[in-house]
Amino acid sequence: MDKITALVTESAELTPGIQSLTVRLPESTDWDVRPGQFAGLYPADGSMLLMRPISVCRWDPARRELRFVYRPAGAGTRSFTALREGDTIDLLGPLGNGYDTEALAGRHVLLLGGGIGVPPMLELAAALRNAGAETQVTAALGYRTDELFLAEDFRETGAEVLIATEDGTAGTKGTVLDAVREAGIRPDAVCACGPMPMLRAVKRYAEELGIDAWLSLEERMACGVGACLGCVVKTRETDAHSHVKNARICTEGPVFAAREVEIG
Amino acid sequence: MSARPDMSVTIAGVTLKNPVMTASGTFGSGMEYGQFVDLNRLGAVVTKGVANQPWEGNPTPRVTEVYGGMLNAIGLQNPGIDVFIERDLAFLSQYDTKVIVNVCGHTEEEYLEVVERLAEEKRVDMLEINVSCPNVKEGAIAFGQKPDALCRITERIKKIAAQPVIMKLTPNVTDIAEMARAAEAGGADAISLINTLTGMKIDIERRCFVLANRTGGMSGPAIKPIAVRMVWQAAQAVQIPVIGMGGIASAEDAVEFLLAGASAVAVGAMNFHDPYLTEKVADGIEAYLVRHGIGRVTDLIGAVNG
Repeated sequence: MDKITALVTESAELTPGIQSLTVRLPESTDWDVRPGQFAGLYPADGSMLLMRPISVCRWDPARRELRFVYRPAGAGTRSFTALREGDTIDLLGPLGNGYDTEALAGRHVLLLGGGIGVPPMLELAAALRNAGAETQVTAALGYRTDELFLAEDFRETGAEVLIATEDGTAGTKGTVLDAVREAGIRPDAVCACGPMPMLRAVKRYAEELGIDAWLSLEERMACGVGACLGCVVKTRETDAHSHVKNARICTEGPVFAAREVEIG
Repeated sequence: MSARPDMSVTIAGVTLKNPVMTASGTFGSGMEYGQFVDLNRLGAVVTKGVANQPWEGNPTPRVTEVYGGMLNAIGLQNPGIDVFIERDLAFLSQYDTKVIVNVCGHTEEEYLEVVERLAEEKRVDMLEINVSCPNVKEGAIAFGQKPDALCRITERIKKIAAQPVIMKLTPNVTDIAEMARAAEAGGADAISLINTLTGMKIDIERRCFVLANRTGGMSGPAIKPIAVRMVWQAAQAVQIPVIGMGGIASAEDAVEFLLAGASAVAVGAMNFHDPYLTEKVADGIEAYLVRHGIGRVTDLIGAVNG
């Protein structure tokens, strides 16, 4: 884990309100990035002192390239949209635990991505492609409209892709779980990233089916490395670090077994 | 070739290899940032506040950024003194740095229980008493905003403490000099300041408070001029050493605090911006001394002219 200065190799709007940013890490870095991990991106303006935690969408170890797909929300993430090829950006990472792809190997894995929760699922879909022939991946992706960013990239990984849109302009009208039910699939495990109401529904869905579920959580963060205790989630059991029922999303997470977290 | 400047400072009989510490709550117990900096290079590690029992802290959101700084309302989540001694203190004692344990509590008795437990711990070099956290409902800041209450809790802690006692002061008072004198009158060996300034941020789109706790403590470079002013006022008011902190982002900032009268400095929120900062500040202070032909860092303490 370290803070490094990376070179921007691509920065573009994918669809309205969704940005893509690819950076190349310096040769001296030895980052080994797992799906579900994230990096802290620092705005160049020092009045914004905290990093912005953004999940890894793709990792190419041979080229040392990291791709992020993010939604500009505040001044910090908006400042990243001005980056151009050849610019530099400071990154802290790789952060968080990531998904345990070995635990998913050999299963029929359902990946659920809602909105800006879609991008981190792509690296997981790509990793699971190499997790043995018997591993089957279905990706159910939820969007507001028919601006289906990254859907084609999921298909390229070999995953079966289901689409849900809020306005019904593409795929199933409704949520990702509506699309899953409509397709009548029966997964052995589910991994999800998206807004909290979706994650709550996924937790219930997995409980009803009696299957394992892992959720990628987000929270406002300061340090990103487990020191400040800013980003915690209520847990069912006392966790080994905090000795209270509050685990650090940046360190014990962001990926948690659904049964371990109290998300209401 | 001239000799390297003497970077050591002595506070209440404890000699630190250099005047750079970590500000409580921004550095855990050193484990996390030990991946970035060599803890042996720091004058002292000041731990996150520890209480007699585990504390859950506040609901989230607990942190948010503001212009040139941040607000936090962690609420002193901590694993309690037993786990602290077994794990965090054991970890820190592997390093050649001084260990300053920050102590928190809701009541005088809770503080005293922790101080008593730590009295048996030879690996603890000093105690820093948090009577200034703005984010917990009982205790903490209540002891730090009234001179007589501050004096009294300092006296009670001093009676049982085996290590030198630093009282950490809040800037959320009318007269910092009066509070500094109260700590000194209670027998404090040193004071540290400033803790965070109480602030608030409102999300105008959702028309709600950003932090679950509504208010939070502000830290970061934006508060530094206030901190330098208060360190100077406190240092003028007392004979005991002052440890200065509040928005330090560089060695130059640290030198400012030393010139204002601080005997040591602590790096806080800016660790989050630059995890290597503590070491850079130590190196930068030394470079400043060399550049100005000053032989000892102690020559800077309170050396502002005029």
